[in-house]
Amino acid sequence: MLDLNHVSKTFNPGTVNEKKALSDLDLHLREGDFVTVIGGNGAGKSTMLNAVAGVWPVDGGSIVIDGHDVTGLPEYRRAAFIGRVFQDPMMGTAPSMQIEENLALAYRRGRRRGLSWGVTRAERELYRQKLHTLGLGLEDRMTVKVGLLSGGQRQALTLLMAALQKPKLLLLDEHTAALDPATAAKVLELSDRIVADSGLTALMITHNMKDAITHGNRLIMMNEGRIILDIRGEEKKKLTKADLLQKFAEVSGVQEESDQVLLS
Amino acid sequence: MSAAAYFAALNPANLFRAMPGNAAQGIVWGLMALGVYLTFRVLDIADLTVDGSFTTGGACAVMMILAGRPAWAALLVSLAAGLAAGLVTGLLHTRLGIPAILAGILTQFSLWSVNLRIMKAAANQAVSVDKFGMFYKATRGRGFLLSSRFVPQAIGVGLALAGAMIAVLYWYFGTEQGSAIRATGNNPAMSRAQGINIDSMKVLGLAVSNGLVALSGGLMAQFQGYADINMGRGSIVIGLAAVIIGEVLCDAVFRRGANFAVRLGFIVLGGVIYYLVVGVVLWLKLPTNDLKLFTAVVVALFLAVPYLQKKSKSSFRQAGRAAAKKEAASRA
Repeated sequence: MLDLNHVSKTFNPGTVNEKKALSDLDLHLREGDFVTVIGGNGAGKSTMLNAVAGVWPVDGGSIVIDGHDVTGLPEYRRAAFIGRVFQDPMMGTAPSMQIEENLALAYRRGRRRGLSWGVTRAERELYRQKLHTLGLGLEDRMTVKVGLLSGGQRQALTLLMAALQKPKLLLLDEHTAALDPATAAKVLELSDRIVADSGLTALMITHNMKDAITHGNRLIMMNEGRIILDIRGEEKKKLTKADLLQKFAEVSGVQEESDQVLLS
Repeated sequence: MSAAAYFAALNPANLFRAMPGNAAQGIVWGLMALGVYLTFRVLDIADLTVDGSFTTGGACAVMMILAGRPAWAALLVSLAAGLAAGLVTGLLHTRLGIPAILAGILTQFSLWSVNLRIMKAAANQAVSVDKFGMFYKATRGRGFLLSSRFVPQAIGVGLALAGAMIAVLYWYFGTEQGSAIRATGNNPAMSRAQGINIDSMKVLGLAVSNGLVALSGGLMAQFQGYADINMGRGSIVIGLAAVIIGEVLCDAVFRRGANFAVRLGFIVLGGVIYYLVVGVVLWLKLPTNDLKLFTAVVVALFLAVPYLQKKSKSSFRQAGRAAAKKEAASRA
């Protein structure tokens, strides 16, 4: 469903701030894969998601979503394939627009926006049902401006919007990091449910090792712009936090050795 | 002159006589303010193109009428010229990466030359309503749509046009495309993630806005019977004044938020109130040269109100004082 082939990206090339964010990255997701992504700061997790979303062009390699090579497409055109939820709850919704207007914007993702009405009556019924599943009572406040909602409510709404037009790929960039623990747990549970119900293929970045282990069917660990660990299926189910920490030390250690080999 | 003599010289009848004319002029500026609202509030861009495109609209309308074309056709040309001006600003901004405010200034600056070319190198061009007549008279639909010589009709036509314009804008910004423009101004990152080409939406919004502004310029030229190279100077400030007056009133009347069409109606009303106030200033024989200073001060004050209100509720100075007070109390 998603293929990253030898993707590389360097920020500020040729300056003292040069940063090799992705180096020869390879990742292949099957349909229905729910992959959690962990790694230290600057490991390239968000850079990888932004490369897929098309926030900027990559320096090398190709990105293929469900057979479509999107490497040359700008962000707004890739949006046809991708649903996204950001770390900042303020980022995923338009605050001065109503809840139903926000949903209507998401409903038209990947379609031509013409001169027919922005929200139709039939859609409202659909939105009411979808909002009802959130269990936040938003279905009775559909004409309220989104700016009046709490961070957790906005993040739940953004999730709903990301999945409203079934995306080929769902990108969750630490989408619970800015929420309090109780709300974060709720939003995470909701993410699980939405991914399972629609059979979505998803990439979820998290800083929480426990979440990374308990959610999804596959886990990848990144370091210095590459994937250094890739665990799936049964092996992942047996994984513990201690295992992960040990593997992190092990794999990054191995890598240092290989670096030394390369340098010598 | 003594105070008594000054007040004796003020004739209230003169004020009342001038009011309808000022109101008619205010309606035309209110239409212009709708264009400013689209960029300033909906797109969140301060577009300075309007100072030039208002004049462009006036120049096109006058030259078309002088060439013997019907006044309504002249307005369509004004509209088209304004759309083109907005398009240029939009492309300078989105395709060449020039900051929006600078892009607007560049277009406005260049339009001065363009406007002179349109007016055949004359700083002003007059067009007589006596020669061309009013459209509702026996002019076979060719005459002026409005003129300061026929004020009640001008108010009627102005209100009808304002109503039509608000209806069109209400419809357009309710469509999928209009919603995408609103989203672009509201949250560009989210808009891109939802598949909206925000560059196109900005260009579209700037074009529509300037089209509306140029159309009002064309109406103004008909109303006053001439186009002048300086007629658009400072129109961004007058437009902003109308937007702000309209919004303050709208929020005062509808505390829980008003429908988009009602809001637009209040913007036009804002233009009318602005010109009624100008009428009073003129009637008071205050120095008219100071009018622009006065307007700028009022606009600056109203633009500052939301910020100052927020600060009055919480500021570092207040927090500091409160802390010092508590400290002093605990020591005593």
